[in-house]
Amino acid sequence: MSIEPRDATWSTRGTVIVDGVTIDVAPGSTVGLLGPNGSGKSSLLRLLAGLRPTSSGVVRLGGDPIAGLSRRQVARRLAMVEQESATDADPTVRDVIGLGRLPHRAPWSPETANDRAMVASAAATMRTAHLLDRSYMTLSGGERQRVQIARALAQEPTELLLDEPTNHLDVRHQLELLELVRATPTTTVMALHDLNHAATYCDRLVVLDGGRVHAAGRPAEVLTPALLAEVYGVEAVVETSEHGLHVRYVRALPTGASVEERMSR
Amino acid sequence: MTPPGSTRPGSTRLGTLGTAALVPLALVVLAVSIAVGTTIGPSDLGPKDAFAVFLERIGGPDSGLSGVREGIIWDLRLPRAVLAAICGAGLALCGVVLQSLLRNPLADPFVLGVSSGASTGAVLVVVTGLGAGAIGLATGAFIGSMLAFGLVLLLGFVTGGTTDRMILAGVAATQLFSALTSFIVYTAADAEQTRGVLFWLLGSLSSASWSDVVVCGSVVLLGVAVCWAAAGTLDAFTFGQDAAASLGVSVAKVRFLLLVMTALMTAVIVSTSGAIGFVGLVLPHAARAIVGVRHRLLVPTATVLGAIFLVWVEIGSRVVIAPQELPVGVATALVGVPAFVLILLRQRRRSHA
Repeated sequence: MSIEPRDATWSTRGTVIVDGVTIDVAPGSTVGLLGPNGSGKSSLLRLLAGLRPTSSGVVRLGGDPIAGLSRRQVARRLAMVEQESATDADPTVRDVIGLGRLPHRAPWSPETANDRAMVASAAATMRTAHLLDRSYMTLSGGERQRVQIARALAQEPTELLLDEPTNHLDVRHQLELLELVRATPTTTVMALHDLNHAATYCDRLVVLDGGRVHAAGRPAEVLTPALLAEVYGVEAVVETSEHGLHVRYVRALPTGASVEERMSR
Repeated sequence: MTPPGSTRPGSTRLGTLGTAALVPLALVVLAVSIAVGTTIGPSDLGPKDAFAVFLERIGGPDSGLSGVREGIIWDLRLPRAVLAAICGAGLALCGVVLQSLLRNPLADPFVLGVSSGASTGAVLVVVTGLGAGAIGLATGAFIGSMLAFGLVLLLGFVTGGTTDRMILAGVAATQLFSALTSFIVYTAADAEQTRGVLFWLLGSLSSASWSDVVVCGSVVLLGVAVCWAAAGTLDAFTFGQDAAASLGVSVAKVRFLLLVMTALMTAVIVSTSGAIGFVGLVLPHAARAIVGVRHRLLVPTATVLGAIFLVWVEIGSRVVIAPQELPVGVATALVGVPAFVLILLRQRRRSHA
C-alpha cells in the first residue's frame, strides 16, 4: 500500500481542475506525471500530499484516507518538493535540510544527534554535503533543487512527490538529478515536462489532460504518436534503440481541427 | 565560498560555545543597562544610591536616602527602565514572529492595524469622553487595537486567508482607523487634549508605573513562552504555507494562535507606551544577522536584544536634549530609519548576487 488516489476530484471556484483521478502506484516505483500546462499535474500532487482537500473521491496513504491523518503523521511518511521554493530569510543549506527533521520532534525541542546524522546522510545522498554551511541564497538552481530534495529525504519518507524537479536546470543537472532521485528507495511520483526523461527514468507514466487520466502504463505503452498528437498537439516519431525509447518531435499540429484532419494537413 | 571563520556547526553565525553563552550574557548586559537607566536623570542620584534603594526594597538595610529621592529611583526611574525593556522585548519578538509568519521582511508589529486602532480608541476615550470616565486612555487604546485586529482577521479571512491578503487587510485597517482618528480629532472641540493624546501615542515611557510593568510583563512573558515553544513551527514557514503544511504544521490553527498572541502583546504595549516604531522592524534583522534564522535561538536573542536596545534608546532620549525629553518613539525612529535603509540595501545586493 502506497499512495492511492481513488476517483480524486478537486475543483476551485466552480472549475474542475482534477477530475476523477485513480492511479495505482506500486511501492518503491517511480511514476511520472505528464501532460500539457494546465492539465492538473501540480494540483494532483497537492491532493496527493493532502495539501488540498478532495472535493470528492479520496486519497489514501498507506491504506488510510489522508484527510483523516494529522499533518504531522503525513509529514513523517510523505515528503514533497514544490516547483519553486523561495524564501525571504537567509538560511544555510544545513538549516534548509534540517527543516525535514521537524515532523520528527516537538517544535520546542532541540536537534538530536540522530537529526544531525539524518541531515548529513540526506545531504550526502543528494551530493550536497559540501554545501552544508553555504547560504541557500547563493546556490545555483540545480543546487537548490538538490538541497530541497535532500530536505525531503531528511523527512525519512516512504513517498516522495516532486513537482517538475528539473525545471530551469541545464541538461547535465537534469540528468544528474533524475539519476539521484531514481536511486532513492522511496516511492516517487513526479511531474515532468520532458517526455524522454520520463521514458528513461520512470517505471510508469500517467498522462493527464484536462484534469483526467488520459493514459497510464509503462512508457512504451503510453508514449505513442497518436497520444502525443491528441494530448500535446504535436506530430512526433517514437523510436526505440539500445538506449531505450526516444521521442522525436516533428512539428506542432495546427490547432482547432480533429486529430485526423490535423495530421493530414 | 564562505570563509572558514563564518561557517559554523549548528548553523548559527557564532560557534556552539558562543551561542550557548549568548543569551545569558545578554541578560547580564540587560540588567546592567536597566541599572544604568535608573541612575540617569535631572536629580543627582548615582549608581550607589540606586543600588542602595534596590537593596532596601528587596529586604536589605535602609538606603539612607529621603523618601522623595527613594521614590524617584524606585517609582519613576526603575519602572520606566524595566517597562522599556519589556516593550523592546515584546516588540522585537512580535517582529520576528510576523516576519516569519507573513513571510515579509518588512512586517512589523503594527502591520495588523493594532497601533492605529489603539489611537482611535484612545482619542475616543479622551476627546469624546466615551465610557464616562469608567475606562481610561490605556483601556480605550486596548479595546481599539483589538477591534482593529479583529477587523484585519475578518477581512483577511473573507478575502482568501493568504498571507498577502492579511497584509493588505492590515494596510486597509490602518488607513481606516487613521481616518477615524483624524475625523474625531477634526470634529472634536478640545484640540489641546487631542494633541496630548497624539503625543502620547507617538511613543512615550514617561508615565510608566509598576502596574504597567506587571500587565505588560506578564503578557510579554506569556508571548515569549508561546513563541519559543513554537520555534520549530516558525522555522517550517521558511518556504511558505504549503511547505509548512507539508512539514507537518497545521497552518491555519498555528497562524491564528500566533497572530492573536502577537496582536495581544502589541495591543498591551501600545496601550501603555504608545506606538514605539522600528524596534519590531529592525531588531529581528539584527538578531538574524548574529544567530541565523533558526527560531529556537532567534526568538530569545531578538527578545533580549530588543529589551537592551529600547532601554538604551530610552536613556538616550532623556540625555540628548536634557533637561527636556525626546519622545522615545521619535528616538527609535531616528535610530531605526538608517538601519531600515541598510536592510533594504543588503537585500538589494543579495538579489543582484
